[in-house]
Amino acid sequence: MSASTDFKVGYVASLARLDITPEEAERFQGQLDGILSYIEALQSIDVDGIEPTAHPAPVLDRLREDHDPAFSIEQAAFLQNAPDQALHQLRVPKVIDPS
Amino acid sequence: MSLATQSITALRQQLTAGEITSRDIVESVAAAIESTNNSIGAYLSHDLDRALAAADAADLSLPLGGIPIAMKDNINVQGEPCTCGSKFLQNAYLSPYDATASRKLKESGAILFGRTNMDEFAMGSSTENSALQITRNPHDLDRIPGGSSGGSAAAVAGGSAVAALGSDTGGSVRQPASHCGVVGLKPSYGRVSRYGLVAFASSLDQIGPLTNSVEDAALLLEAIAGPDPRDSTCLDQPVPNYRDSLKKGVKGTRIGLPAEYFGAGLDPAVRERIESAAKALEAQGAELVELSLPFTQHAVATYYIIAPAEASSNLSRFDGIRYGNRVDNGTGIVDLYGTSRAAGFGAEVKRRIILGTYVLSSGYYDAYYTRAQKVRTLIQQEFQSAFQKVDAILAPVSPSPARKIGEAKGDPLKDYLADIYTISANLAGVCAISVPAGTVPADNGKQLPVGLQLIGPHLAEETILRIAQTWEDIR
Repeated sequence: MSASTDFKVGYVASLARLDITPEEAERFQGQLDGILSYIEALQSIDVDGIEPTAHPAPVLDRLREDHDPAFSIEQAAFLQNAPDQALHQLRVPKVIDPS
Repeated sequence: MSLATQSITALRQQLTAGEITSRDIVESVAAAIESTNNSIGAYLSHDLDRALAAADAADLSLPLGGIPIAMKDNINVQGEPCTCGSKFLQNAYLSPYDATASRKLKESGAILFGRTNMDEFAMGSSTENSALQITRNPHDLDRIPGGSSGGSAAAVAGGSAVAALGSDTGGSVRQPASHCGVVGLKPSYGRVSRYGLVAFASSLDQIGPLTNSVEDAALLLEAIAGPDPRDSTCLDQPVPNYRDSLKKGVKGTRIGLPAEYFGAGLDPAVRERIESAAKALEAQGAELVELSLPFTQHAVATYYIIAPAEASSNLSRFDGIRYGNRVDNGTGIVDLYGTSRAAGFGAEVKRRIILGTYVLSSGYYDAYYTRAQKVRTLIQQEFQSAFQKVDAILAPVSPSPARKIGEAKGDPLKDYLADIYTISANLAGVCAISVPAGTVPADNGKQLPVGLQLIGPHLAEETILRIAQTWEDIR
């Protein structure tokens, strides 16, 4: 899969909800094309039969009681960081358009 | 000798003997911050009143009682800022909770004093990517302190912190330690809880100490390591007394020298320092073993797929909704995300999020991300085989000493390639430490620190600390 021809910075940035300027798009396209070219070297490695590693020291099935009183954060402490709030809640733009 | 430049061990002796008070130490650190922060810029913020109150209440019977520790600004400390070096969180977030590492330090009696500068969201190897200020190398103010824990390293090296915590994802504790001439330890993956460390790459990140001595690093590791039910990747393994085995020497210890870490890209002056250290350890009874780690050449490419991929996921929480600087032009929720993130993130962060999003996207996931994870398996297996033959690996930390600030402008790949010696340890999840190994001269006659790296098997911190201590004693 040839990265450089398929990779379009503007489209991928929109997937990541990142508004970038045209100047940034042009600059990043060049820089990331270069990085993607470098990364192509991994395509030549024989990985047949090799399992992917997601974690270097996997620990599985870590369960605990769903109750840790010290784990919770007070509402006031949480809301002190809220960009906009009302009625002890976060306020956000309308998400669903009723029309 | 200023209290701020002394080791934790030395300060603890004076404290428990009643020769000094914790307040004395905090005031010494504060004075050093006042006199150096304009030039070195290690600290983003520091709350002296809070630290003095903690100092006056310090329990000196605890292992770190009365000792101030600086914190990298991506480790949550309740009531303090946690900017991660980013405009996104600048003046827009106060930690509502303590990271486990922060809580454990407090429980050991330490005073958390000061928030240190860093590459934004830990993405970088120079601290130039901080959106908030520049940090300079105390050994040469025109040069980088390294990164991403550059503030922590510069604070310890510049005498404005007794010790500090940083975080290491691809070398971000070890490389600044090397560039600044201090000790920097990356624990094995899972050794220290990541709860409360703002996540960059969840399968690579570890919190680690930056200190003036190997013993101090061992002491801090004892304090912060251990099981944590709040981090499901944190291992349920007991924490040894790391200081117990420090002085046992290296007789019969097999130390591997991997050919790939001493190749053409290594600065000859740095090579000389590292090889001379190896010989000195051999004279102490260590057995030097030649090794080959051929997958080293693929480590940087593997990392720069996996780390940005994980980062793109971890940084999606910065959406302007619950915390951080929100930019709302009134054109709806999706635009709010886009404009908040555009305004809040710097170029390197944007690049890595875009790269990470691409390698995880439909149609490309297998070719990039899954493939990189398979190469990661091969890299990890290569270390495991090597550790059948040797107890630890000795290597440089960086191909060259600290470069000048601004030198890598516009070419991120240049800095990525310089991560070659540190990155594999994160991919494999093994432990690694950088210890000062002398200096090399710069063009202007300034002496630039060089770090010696010791890489050990998973959970073998005792081995690398012991070898590091031996080196520190003989160098």
